Amino acid sequence: MGDVAWKIGGDQGEGIDSTGDVMATVANRLGYHIYGYKSFSSRIKGGHTHYQVRIADHPVRAATARTDVLVALTQETIDKNVQAVGPGGAVVADQAFSPALPEGSQLALVTIPMAQIARQIGNPLTRNMVAVGASAALLHLPMAAFSAYVSEKFARKGDETVAQNLEALGQGYTAALAQMPEGLSVRLPAVEPAGRLLLTGNQAVALGAVRAGCRIMAAYPITPATDIMEELVTLLPRFGGVVCQMEDEIAAITLVVGAGYAGVRAMTATSGPGFSLMQEGMGLAAAAEVPAVIVDCQRAGPSTGMPTKNEQSDVMAAIFGGHGGAARVVLAPGTVEQAYHDIGLAFNLAEGYHLPVIVASDLSLAEWTQTVEALPYDGIAVERGPVVSAAELASLVTGFDRYRLTESGVSARSLPGQARGQYLATGVEHLPSGKVSEDPANRRLEMDKRERKLATLAREYRGTEYMGNERPDVLVITFGSTVGAVDEAIGLSQGVGQVARLQVRRLWPFPAEEVLAAAQGAGAVLFVEQNAQGQLAQLAEMSGLHHARTRHLRRYDGTLFLPEEIQGAIVSALDLAAKGVS
Amino acid sequence: MAGTITLADVKTDEKSWWCPGCGDFGVLAALQKAVVDLAIAPSELVMVAGIGCSGKIGNYINSYNIHVVHGRTLPTAMGVKLANRSLKVLAVGGDGDGFAIGMGHFIHACRRNVDVTYITMDNHIYGLTKGQNSPTSDRGAKVKTAPEGSIEAPVRPLQMALAAGATWVGQGFSSNQAELVELLKGAIGHRGFSFLNVISPCVTYNKVNTYAWYKQVLTRLAEDGAYRSDDRQLAMARAMETDELLTGLLFEDRAAPSYEDQLAGFEPQPLSAQSLAMSPAQWQELLAELA
Ligand SMILES: Cc1ncc(C[n+]2csc(CCOP(=O)(O)OP(=O)(O)O)c2C)c(N)n1
Ligand code: SF4
Ligand SMILES: [Mg+2]
Repeated sequence: MGDVAWKIGGDQGEGIDSTGDVMATVANRLGYHIYGYKSFSSRIKGGHTHYQVRIADHPVRAATARTDVLVALTQETIDKNVQAVGPGGAVVADQAFSPALPEGSQLALVTIPMAQIARQIGNPLTRNMVAVGASAALLHLPMAAFSAYVSEKFARKGDETVAQNLEALGQGYTAALAQMPEGLSVRLPAVEPAGRLLLTGNQAVALGAVRAGCRIMAAYPITPATDIMEELVTLLPRFGGVVCQMEDEIAAITLVVGAGYAGVRAMTATSGPGFSLMQEGMGLAAAAEVPAVIVDCQRAGPSTGMPTKNEQSDVMAAIFGGHGGAARVVLAPGTVEQAYHDIGLAFNLAEGYHLPVIVASDLSLAEWTQTVEALPYDGIAVERGPVVSAAELASLVTGFDRYRLTESGVSARSLPGQARGQYLATGVEHLPSGKVSEDPANRRLEMDKRERKLATLAREYRGTEYMGNERPDVLVITFGSTVGAVDEAIGLSQGVGQVARLQVRRLWPFPAEEVLAAAQGAGAVLFVEQNAQGQLAQLAEMSGLHHARTRHLRRYDGTLFLPEEIQGAIVSALDLAAKGVS
Repeated sequence: MAGTITLADVKTDEKSWWCPGCGDFGVLAALQKAVVDLAIAPSELVMVAGIGCSGKIGNYINSYNIHVVHGRTLPTAMGVKLANRSLKVLAVGGDGDGFAIGMGHFIHACRRNVDVTYITMDNHIYGLTKGQNSPTSDRGAKVKTAPEGSIEAPVRPLQMALAAGATWVGQGFSSNQAELVELLKGAIGHRGFSFLNVISPCVTYNKVNTYAWYKQVLTRLAEDGAYRSDDRQLAMARAMETDELLTGLLFEDRAAPSYEDQLAGFEPQPLSAQSLAMSPAQWQELLAELA
C-alpha cells in the first residue's frame, strides 16, 4: 500500500520518544517519506504517550487515523489504540503485562517477552529496542539499516551498550519472525535511499535563521518553541553569534529590539503565553521602525492551558494584539520547507521594511518530524534593507531624517556608530527627524507612512499558495500545518469532484485580492483551521469575502486534524456546491 | 576623535520638558560633562532611555537614542551592546522604571555583567504620572496612591545590586555635580555592568525628599579615608548602616569578566560589522551533520 502507520505507546518517561525516533530515522534513511507524530502531556514521567510514524513511498505531511502496526508497552496502549488497527494489521506487545485484545478481536497479537529479553541481555533499557527489532520484522524492513543506526546512536556510550542494543534488536527481530501473523498485509515497496533529511519545523527555523545571518537569539523557554533556542545555542556561536536565555519574554523581545536597532539580525521564539508578554515590545519595534523577528509556535491555552497540544489560535493576537496601530507582518508556514523559507523571508522583510515580522508556526509544525525534500542554499537570500550611506550622512546640512516620508513608506535608517547618523528612535510619535511631536498633522503623516509599508509589501509579495484547477467545486482555505492534512484529504477525495486548496501563507497584510479571486469561481468554500473562533475565516470576511456557500471545519480539542475527517467535510461541501443556488 | 568633543556636540536643540528645579537637570549636565571628558563621539554613544520624566534625558543628549517601553531599558541595552560591542551603551530611567516594572531585568542585568552602564534617576516618586508611590518611596510617605502614608518597605537599590552580583555600584546626588561627574566617568569606564543610582529630587510631587533634606542626611564615602570599595561585604554593611543615604563609589570589582568576554566564539570585532555570508560548502556541512 506504500503507506504504513506504525505506532508505539507506553508510559511517559519510558523512552517512547527515542524509540519512535529510531524507527523514523532509519525508515527515512532507507528512502521512505516520514511523518512522525507524538502525543504527550505536560509531565515528565507517567501518563500515557504514543508516537506514530507514518512510513510511505510518497510525501506525507499529516498523521492518520489508521494504525497498521501497534507496539504496546502497556495494556493501556492497547485499550486506547487498538480500535484504530484495521484488518491486516497487528499488535506487538510485551509479554510482561500479559496483553489482551478486546474480546472477539480478530487481530493478530504478537507477544514478545521484551522486558525479559532486556533483563537477560543485562540492560533493562534495551526493552524498547526489542520492540524496534520486532517492528522491523513485521514491516519487512532490513535489519542492517537498524543495526547501523543503533551502532552509531550508542557509540558514545561505549561498545558494551552498542552490543546490548544490537542483541536486543536481533532478538526482537527473530522473535517476531517466528510468530509472523498470516493475515498481516503490511508491506512497503522497496525504495532507494535519497539522502533526504528528517526535520521538525523548529529545526528548519533554526537552520534557516543561521542561513539568513541571524546572530542574536533571545528567548525564554516554552514548549513548543524551546527547541529553536536549543538548536541555536550550539549553532550561533559557530558564526560568532549568541543565544541569550532571558528572565522573561519581555526581556527577550526588547533585547531583540536593541540588537535590531544596532544593526544585527536578531530573533526570539515563543508560544502564546510568551507572545502575549511580547506585545508591547513588538509595538515599540513597529513605532520606532526597528527590525525584529518573532517566531510564535502556537499552542492551546494560557500558562499551562494545553501546552503540548496543537492550536492555531494566535491569529488575531499576532495581527492586532497589543496597543493600537502597530504595523507588522505575519507569515504562516505550513511545512518544514516553508518554515525554512519563511524565516529567511522574515529577516529580509524585517530589515527591508523596518518592522516586526511574526512567523506564526504551530505545535504540529514545530515539533513533528517530516521528511524534507531540500533546504536549498538558494532558498534564502540575505537582503539587508535600506541603510543610509556614510557619504550621504557626511553631506547632510542638518540632522539625519530617519523617518523621512516616502512613497513606499520605507525610509533608510542609520546604525549606531555611523558618524552623523544620530537620531531618536522612539515609540512616542515623532517628526521625520525622530524628534517627539504631538502635532496632529504629523501624527497622521507618520502613522500613514508606517501603514504604507504594508501596502508596498503586499504589492511586492504573494501571500497565498494555490493548488488545483481554477473554478473548483470546492475551495478549501487553510493555513499553517493543517495544510498537510488538507492536501491529503483532497487526494482522498479524487474522483468525487473538483477540489482546490488555498493556503494563506501571509496572514498580515492579508492577501485579500488573492483570496477573493480564488474564491470567486468556487462552487463552495470550506475553511479548515484549528481554533474555535474561525479566526482565518473572520479575517477573510473582514477583507471582503462573503461566499454564499461557506462551510467551516474547526478543531480545538487539542487533537490533530486527520485527513479522513477533512475528507468528510469536503464531501459535504461538494454536496453544498452541487445544490448550485447562490 | 579623542579631545575633539565639546559640550555643544553633546547637546540637542530640544527644549527641556522638565519642571524648573527638577533634579534631572543636574543629571543631564553631569552626564554631558562626563561624555565630553571621556571624549565619546556622539555617534559612538547609545542612550537607552526608560519611560518617565527621567527617560526624557535621552532627548537632550546628542547621541543614538532609543526610547523604549516602560521598564525595559536593560534588555534593550544588552541587545545593543551585543550587536555592537564598540559602542558605549547607557541605560537610563527612573526609580519606577527600574525598581518596579523593570526590577526583574535589573537583578538579572546585575548578575549577567554585560558591559553597559545603568543610571537611575531616583526621586522616590512617579513623576510623569503625577505623584504616585514609587518602590523607593519612604515608609509613611504620603503620596496620591497612599494618602495615609506608604505601608510598604522601600526597595534598597544599592543592596539589591550588591546582592545580585553587580560589579560596579555607586550613588550620586544631582546637586553634587563634581562628584557626580566623576562617578559617571567611573561607571562608564568600568568594564562590565555598572550601576549608578542618582538621587534626583522631584520638586513638584515629592515634598519630603527635598534638596534641603538630602543635604542634611547624605554622607560622602570619599570623606571616609578608611573606606575601601573593593569589598562586597563591606559595601553591603555600609549601605545597610547608612540606609543608603550616602554618595560615592560603594563597590567595584575590576577583575570580573564581562558577559561578552565569556561568550564562546564571540569576537572582539562588533557583530554588526561582521559579514553574514555563508558559503554553499558551509551550508552543506551544516546539513550533513543532521543526516
Ligand atoms: C506599561 C506601562 N505602564 C504604565 C505606564 C505609565 N507610566 C509612565 S511613567 C510611569 C512611572 C514613572 O516613574 P519613574 O520611573 O520613577 O520616573 P519619573 O517620572 O519619576 O522620572 C508610569 C507608571 C507606561 N508608560 N507603561
Ligand atoms: S514632575 Fe518631578 S520628576 Fe517630573 S519633571 Fe517635574 S520635577 Fe522633575
Ligand atoms: Mg521616579
